[in-house]
Amino acid sequence: MSTRRDFVKTTCLSLALTLPLEPKLRFGQPEPVEPEKSGDGFAPSAFLRIDGDGTITIWANKSEMGQGIRTSMAMAVAEELGADWSKVKVQQASTAAKFGDLGITGGSQSTRSTFQPYRMVGATAREMLISAAAAKWQVDRATCQAEQGFIVHGANRLPFGELVEAASKLEPPKNPPLKATKDFRIIGTDVKRLDGPDIVNGRAQFGSDLKLPGMLIASVERSPVFGGKLKSVHDAAAKAVPGVKRVITISSGVAVLADSTWAALKGREALKLQWDEGAHASASTLEIGKGFETRLKTAGKVVRKEGQGAAAMGKNAIHARYDCPFLAHATMEPMVGMADVKPDRCDIYAPSQGPAWSMAAIQAITGLKAEQIEVHIPLLGGGFGRRAMPDFIVEAVECSKAAGVPVKVQYSREDDIQHDYYRPGSLHELSASLDAKGLPQAWQHRFTGPSIAASLKMPWPPEAAELSGASDLAYEIPNLEVEWVQSDTPFPLGFWRAVPASFNPFVTESFLDELAHKAGKDPLAFRVALLQKDEKRKVGGEKLDPARLRHVLELAAEKAGWKAWHLAKRAQGFGLGIAAHAYLDCGTYVAEVAEVEVKTDGSVKVHRVVCAVDCGMAINPLNIRAQMESGVIFGLTAALHGEITLEKGRVVQSGFADYPMLRLADSPKIEVHIVKSDLPPGGVGEPGLPPIAPAVANAIFSATGKRIRSLPMTAEKILKAAKA
Amino acid sequence: MTRVEFSLNGFSKAVEVDPDMPLLWVLRDVLGLTGTKFGCGAGVCGACTMHLEGEAVRACQTPIKEVAGKSVTTIEGLSKDGSHPVQKAWIEEDVAQCGYCQPGQIMQAAWLLSKHPHPTDADINEGMGDNICRCGTYNRIRCAIHRAAGDVPASTSSTGKGA
Repeated sequence: MSTRRDFVKTTCLSLALTLPLEPKLRFGQPEPVEPEKSGDGFAPSAFLRIDGDGTITIWANKSEMGQGIRTSMAMAVAEELGADWSKVKVQQASTAAKFGDLGITGGSQSTRSTFQPYRMVGATAREMLISAAAAKWQVDRATCQAEQGFIVHGANRLPFGELVEAASKLEPPKNPPLKATKDFRIIGTDVKRLDGPDIVNGRAQFGSDLKLPGMLIASVERSPVFGGKLKSVHDAAAKAVPGVKRVITISSGVAVLADSTWAALKGREALKLQWDEGAHASASTLEIGKGFETRLKTAGKVVRKEGQGAAAMGKNAIHARYDCPFLAHATMEPMVGMADVKPDRCDIYAPSQGPAWSMAAIQAITGLKAEQIEVHIPLLGGGFGRRAMPDFIVEAVECSKAAGVPVKVQYSREDDIQHDYYRPGSLHELSASLDAKGLPQAWQHRFTGPSIAASLKMPWPPEAAELSGASDLAYEIPNLEVEWVQSDTPFPLGFWRAVPASFNPFVTESFLDELAHKAGKDPLAFRVALLQKDEKRKVGGEKLDPARLRHVLELAAEKAGWKAWHLAKRAQGFGLGIAAHAYLDCGTYVAEVAEVEVKTDGSVKVHRVVCAVDCGMAINPLNIRAQMESGVIFGLTAALHGEITLEKGRVVQSGFADYPMLRLADSPKIEVHIVKSDLPPGGVGEPGLPPIAPAVANAIFSATGKRIRSLPMTAEKILKAAKA
Repeated sequence: MTRVEFSLNGFSKAVEVDPDMPLLWVLRDVLGLTGTKFGCGAGVCGACTMHLEGEAVRACQTPIKEVAGKSVTTIEGLSKDGSHPVQKAWIEEDVAQCGYCQPGQIMQAAWLLSKHPHPTDADINEGMGDNICRCGTYNRIRCAIHRAAGDVPASTSSTGKGA
């Protein structure tokens, strides 16, 4: 291996992993853009065009990965515009300057950050169409209104399409009025996703489906051990495979470029590579677990303290330890990215949640300026945080630059599972003591795990992405202390759906259930008793509205028949559990009740989940229900099956056979109840997930009297607990 | 390289490829029909489900040489305009989220209905058991299959309205 290759490798790797970010995540918003007055249509901003035939095209500045954002954004514009929904289409914004900073799509922030700006886009256009019509009719514009794709004044009606030319000549108003909530006709109704017809016809274009003239397809062999270095390459056999065109060493490994995916895979199988496996060659899950144990014995950072904190712990304190595994994302569409690098321009076509995060790396590889680079974003075959990472873009750019033709890098399923940016594992130690009324008077939560921020070299404090669900515990407990200790790991880490709220609420909501049972109280009543004060308060730096959390708990319990179930004679092996989480980052409160059956072989069947969600104003209830269902199923897969382990520095799992997913037959009935609200809309992509694992754990306890404190809750662990 | 002739969505096709190349890659890379998706390459996720001689088959596990002289239907050929009852039911129930697995789900469901015109929940559990959806659209898939069969959905997905 040449010196130059070593240099390229280290440079690119560190560039790829050093993401250019401000300390706080940025979520791009549509900025006002100079009106485009050329062309046939009326385009008062880069995000909207109305054509002469009345077609309304909206450009979405957030990536669509199934969360329904393209449809919600279009609804916001169409509502204010007074559009005929059947005329509305949606296109995807690229990183072209006219669309401004796309930021990232994640953190359940898209609706929060773009709802008002997209309403403004629609309102601006509506006011201009009204002005154009009023001028034509020579009437007071205040007597005109937009309705179903027409501007209307008494008996006069003009379709939007006939006004585009006149409207294009007008100046956009500075502060167009927004509709009152009571006048909404589209927002708040069940609207089917705009991408649905293309999806069911097989015409929807995902990243994997794209093709450019002369494009080659690459399959990349990466170090089997995280951080390993390439020692030698023997590629003669690979090059002899029919269809293989090039074999290229890139920063992450060796890429085989071919005229079909099959040839690329066959060529890759024929590679003979030697790796210097480096520092992690003997790393294992067992060793990582021991590391967590050792670290948890040391002092960490106290991230929240109320009252006297742990010093107030009573003599009869209750203690428990919980652990959660590392997880892979396993999107249905394996990672993929396509790049077309030319001497003066670079086009990327990649299903990305964070194109901006790849820019610095693309510039470094190509030597091009930002304005010479454009990232185009097709549909994402699932994201869940994985596609915020730049690795698949970096690889495609390196391959295309070296080959001089467009290259699509296609991950296999094995690549996707074994070269992920993983959800960190964690180890937790909890203590609490109860007062005379049986309510917690002191709560201590100490936990350790590796830092996502540190792993990604983010300019954030190391604990930034580890605390949600722990430091923002919502319950009123007079003495409370939360402490986080940083551990190391060989795993590269990333953002996984709900990030730390994918594991911390399992721990806190399970332990709270333990306390309720210890106190001999109903777990619902116990929680409600700890949410009695309605004043909004700060918890862990976020603003909590305790009444909203209490309400979703009571609503989920009521709809699930919580009281009646507990009064009735229960069937052998059946249990009911409740859990809730205030997802304060995105302003959404969710409670879930799970009904489970624990079978004699230790396996768990979740029969029914009742979910209550308060996400503020419900923009598209049909999609909110879908996202809650999605969070429940995604969370159940993790709760019952999900675990990534390491042996000899290698990820053990390689596909759906050993990293199993919940199947249709295992899918519980899911009921979603949405709280009516006029509060600003909150996010819904993640909040359905956090309560499900603890709701199931609490239901297993209800069914068996055994507490499972380790994820995933496998039959093996349940049988072991039953024998204990 | 071998010349293989087969029927694709009602049209005769001939390709000259490695006889071991799975039909999945012939469809996607050679013929440019990308509705059939790559999910695992191991026949365990169902994203590449299509019909071979009327049976639901995983394209990633079907070498092109085994397709010679046979009839293949992909999502693009299920109907001309999305009018197959399963496709219509998928829209009615707003099944898709990311949508990547859905062509495979739809092809599997269309096959299931050809075997069981009025499937029970148990038939659906069994018939759809090998198709993974990571977004968790399973309950809507179940409802959509009952709807496509012309049956009142026996189990509903989220029924909750405002509260």
